Amino acid sequence: MSSIEERVKKIVAEQLGVKEEDVSESASFVEDLGADSLDTVELVMALEEEFETEIPDEEAEKITTVRLAIDYIKANLQ
Amino acid sequence: MDKRRVVVTGMGIISPLGNSVTETWRNILAGKSGIAAIDRFDVSEFATRIGGAIKNFDINDYMSAKEAKRFDPFIHYGVAAAEQALQDSGIEVNDANAHRIGTAIGSGIGGIGLIENSRQILNSGGPRKISPFTVPGAIINMIAGVVAIKHNLQGPSIAIATACTTGTHNIGMAARMIAYGDADAMLAGGAEMATTPVGLGAFAAARAMSTRNDDPERASRPWDKNRDGFVLGDGAGMLMLEEYEFAKRRGAHIHAEILGFGMSCDAFHMTSPPEDGRGARAAMQSALDDARLNADQVDYINAHGTSTPAGDVAESRAIESLLGPAAEKIAVSSTKSMVGHLLGASGAVEAIFSILALRDQVAPPTINLDDVEEGCNLNYVPHTAQPRKLQRVLSNSFGFGGTNGSLLFGQLSS
Repeated sequence: MSSIEERVKKIVAEQLGVKEEDVSESASFVEDLGADSLDTVELVMALEEEFETEIPDEEAEKITTVRLAIDYIKANLQ
Repeated sequence: MDKRRVVVTGMGIISPLGNSVTETWRNILAGKSGIAAIDRFDVSEFATRIGGAIKNFDINDYMSAKEAKRFDPFIHYGVAAAEQALQDSGIEVNDANAHRIGTAIGSGIGGIGLIENSRQILNSGGPRKISPFTVPGAIINMIAGVVAIKHNLQGPSIAIATACTTGTHNIGMAARMIAYGDADAMLAGGAEMATTPVGLGAFAAARAMSTRNDDPERASRPWDKNRDGFVLGDGAGMLMLEEYEFAKRRGAHIHAEILGFGMSCDAFHMTSPPEDGRGARAAMQSALDDARLNADQVDYINAHGTSTPAGDVAESRAIESLLGPAAEKIAVSSTKSMVGHLLGASGAVEAIFSILALRDQVAPPTINLDDVEEGCNLNYVPHTAQPRKLQRVLSNSFGFGGTNGSLLFGQLSS
């Protein structure tokens, strides 16, 4: 079983069409990985799918980097 | 003041007979059929189980995987054909000309497949699972949008959606925009990918399509006594149109000149033409008037010719009554016998076939025309292409809603 970090990075790479090795934890989806506003919506949906959770919109808006995504999943997943 | 002249300098095709102009045209002249059993989804319960699918097409040749997954395939086909046309034209888009180059690219139906899939996602996962790309990935004008972004085309961006006349109308109206001065160059055409469960089921329900499922290559047979409806095809066609002086200044290779464009409406029935084809005739007459030419100055007509019982006869009658005695010497063929009916893309791919007919001095064939319908008295170029002396050619499109369009192309005269 992959770690949460690995799973998040894999999803980010797939959704944003970037290489997994370019997805550092500090990377911002918009500034570093070329995402636009629609990409980030879809990215959150993919994370919800992967981790079988529901991320409320007001929380989703705050998830702007790989690190924040990992933190959110860890904090909210059993 | 004389109108600004409009010429064609680039062409692009994605079709059931090939993913380039060269390959498609070679197969057209050879009289090949691109129609086969549909294998993309389970068609066992459908009345019609055949169509003209795109084969060996890789969208990653034209856009990144990340971008591609946002869009319905009709956008993929349109973007690909547009890129081919732009490359063929040799136009280099720069800061000086970008705002003078635009797009007029439509579709008959648009992203029906993506909408169908979204409905399934809604059913199974609820509204939160609907992708944010559903609307931009499915709407008809997004080929124009994506092409403009990709190539920095900052001129007019429109998408006329007039069913099966879409391609013809976009080319004709783009030419008008250049003639009027809104733009100096326009990428114009149409794309379609309606071979989806709902698309296929809906046209079948309308009893519009051939059910010759056991013999797909012979299913599209315009003017033949045993025709039984059209065959749905997928794909895209695109032209680069330019103002003549603009093209000449940069030393462009000019494929043909757009001499005329005409439009009309049957104002008769949602899906059927009047028996005498008067709307079709009016569109052709209007294109001739636009070009200040007489009917006997046309040498070839690429007919709408969809292989439907009513439409083929009406169009034939329209041509005969328009041309009078000159009908005897004209060649009229339907390339839909080979690629099927590409709906919103049909007018664009057929414009290209018409231009290539001019270039190569050959009328492409109507295949499967074994037994000509009574009352149809033209030279429909049955089975094999005919070498002809061609100076001017017409391309017809007629669509649901009674909407008609006719484009007149000629060899460039100085």
